[in-house]
Amino acid sequence: MDITFNNVSYIYQENSPFAHKAIEDLNFHIPSGSFVAVIGHTGSGKSTLIQHLNGLAMPSRGEVTIGDFHLKAKEKPKNMRELRSKVGVVFQYPEHQLFEETVVKDIAFGPENFGVEKAVIEERIRDIIPAVGLSEDILERSPFDLSGGQMRRVAIAGVMAVQPEVLVLDEPTAGLDPRGQKEILQMFYELHKRQGLTTILVTHSMEDALKYADHVLIMNKGKKYMEGNPVEVFTQKDALHKVQLDVPESVAFLSKFEKRFKYSLPFKGQTVDEMAEDIRRVVQGGRIDE
Amino acid sequence: MNNTLIIGQYVPGNSLVHKLDPRTKITLIFFFVFIVFLANNVVSYSILALFALASMVTSRVPIRFIMKGLTPVWFLIVFTFILHIIVTKEGTVWLEIYSFQIYSGGVFQGIAISLRFFLLILITSLLTLTTTPIEITDAIEDMLHPLKKVKFPVHELALMMSISLRFIPTLMQETEKISKAQASRGVDFRTGSIKDRAKAVVPLLIPLFVSAFKRAEELAMAMEARGYKGGEGRTKLRELKINARDIAVYLLFIAVIAGLLLTRGY
Repeated sequence: MDITFNNVSYIYQENSPFAHKAIEDLNFHIPSGSFVAVIGHTGSGKSTLIQHLNGLAMPSRGEVTIGDFHLKAKEKPKNMRELRSKVGVVFQYPEHQLFEETVVKDIAFGPENFGVEKAVIEERIRDIIPAVGLSEDILERSPFDLSGGQMRRVAIAGVMAVQPEVLVLDEPTAGLDPRGQKEILQMFYELHKRQGLTTILVTHSMEDALKYADHVLIMNKGKKYMEGNPVEVFTQKDALHKVQLDVPESVAFLSKFEKRFKYSLPFKGQTVDEMAEDIRRVVQGGRIDE
Repeated sequence: MNNTLIIGQYVPGNSLVHKLDPRTKITLIFFFVFIVFLANNVVSYSILALFALASMVTSRVPIRFIMKGLTPVWFLIVFTFILHIIVTKEGTVWLEIYSFQIYSGGVFQGIAISLRFFLLILITSLLTLTTTPIEITDAIEDMLHPLKKVKFPVHELALMMSISLRFIPTLMQETEKISKAQASRGVDFRTGSIKDRAKAVVPLLIPLFVSAFKRAEELAMAMEARGYKGGEGRTKLRELKINARDIAVYLLFIAVIAGLLLTRGY
């Protein structure tokens, strides 16, 4: 589903002395099927932004369009439930939303609310369990007996079982060990590819954004600060430093390399291996070929 | 959902009522509850009302805050009034509708009892409006101090109160977060039958309890790690002190009691 923000502003507690603009004049367009990384510091409006994607927050000004759904100021949409079944949100620390007696009941909770038939739910659970890296024998256990990483996978399975078309991930790897972080992101990326999802990933990690996203949106103080493809955005070191953001390690490495060896390697989003290959060519042949 | 909730409805200010020692305020309110029952005629009720109004005015708390505090009890006040009109059968008949009579005694009684209610709630809400929750717990700890002799855990009780107050905003935030997560999973908290809505609360309450217990455990561990061992030998950041203004207010209050005793009918 295409997502468009058109002059969207969101004001907390409007018309009160505590009024405060969380989002200001936001404009962007996300084509269906893309993987977008949203980056910004705490308080930059990221969380408010993603709440607009499934109608948890309604814009104070402007309009949000998600597929055929329109969210406008002071206009309550009738088909909110349908929108929420199409847009799955994995919140920060999603394991906090677990509450059922067994894992299987918790995963089925979302689809049941959206009126999916029992047999279909069972089928989906059988599919989703290996996809999120769990084994079937935990299905009848209490979610509260599982480890933190497993709980998170169960919570993610609960969102995926609804089979959304848009997947919103709010720092889905926060608080996990490095290996778990890698596995979970890789899993989302595979689901994204396999099911043709439109994915919005909120993250602090430039590396993850560079690795997975095909579009990057940088937020600062409720406004859009930069937007573009990852290579374009991440090579603008000074602009990023201005808002206390770092460039990905590979970009930082290349600029150090340039300083030390007086040789500028172009950054085109290459992986570590590709970069090593580039350097090998420089060392051996004195130049790199495209 | 919004975060407009002000805990204990405290309205910051710098008035005489704000500056009074919280113990003074609690003591006075305690006795006010009793002396309300002394009033039994127009003059004595006027003295009480005057005292309550004067405290309200000196506190400089905007009227709308006070009225907001009274909203949940208006129903009770009106209900008491109507009940008295119906049930009390004293004095002369003022109005007769079919076989149902309204007596003058019922009307007077109704006004008197509702007024009592109103004054009591006004004065007690003034306490929470002008005193921070922390001040109140400090005062309670201090006033219960004598109970320590009989091994009553005064300090622990006060600490429990402070901690619960401290965590109200945290729990509110948590509630908002979880309700958003569950709303995204298709829970509808706002529409549907009462039964549906009661059911919708379960996925909200269970995670809330789980995290509250976890948080309590973590807090206990953090306190122990920093050497907390109860109230023994603990000093205070804010020392409570009785000032001249407290004594002045006590004297005024005694004058009110004397006035009531003199004017009430026996």
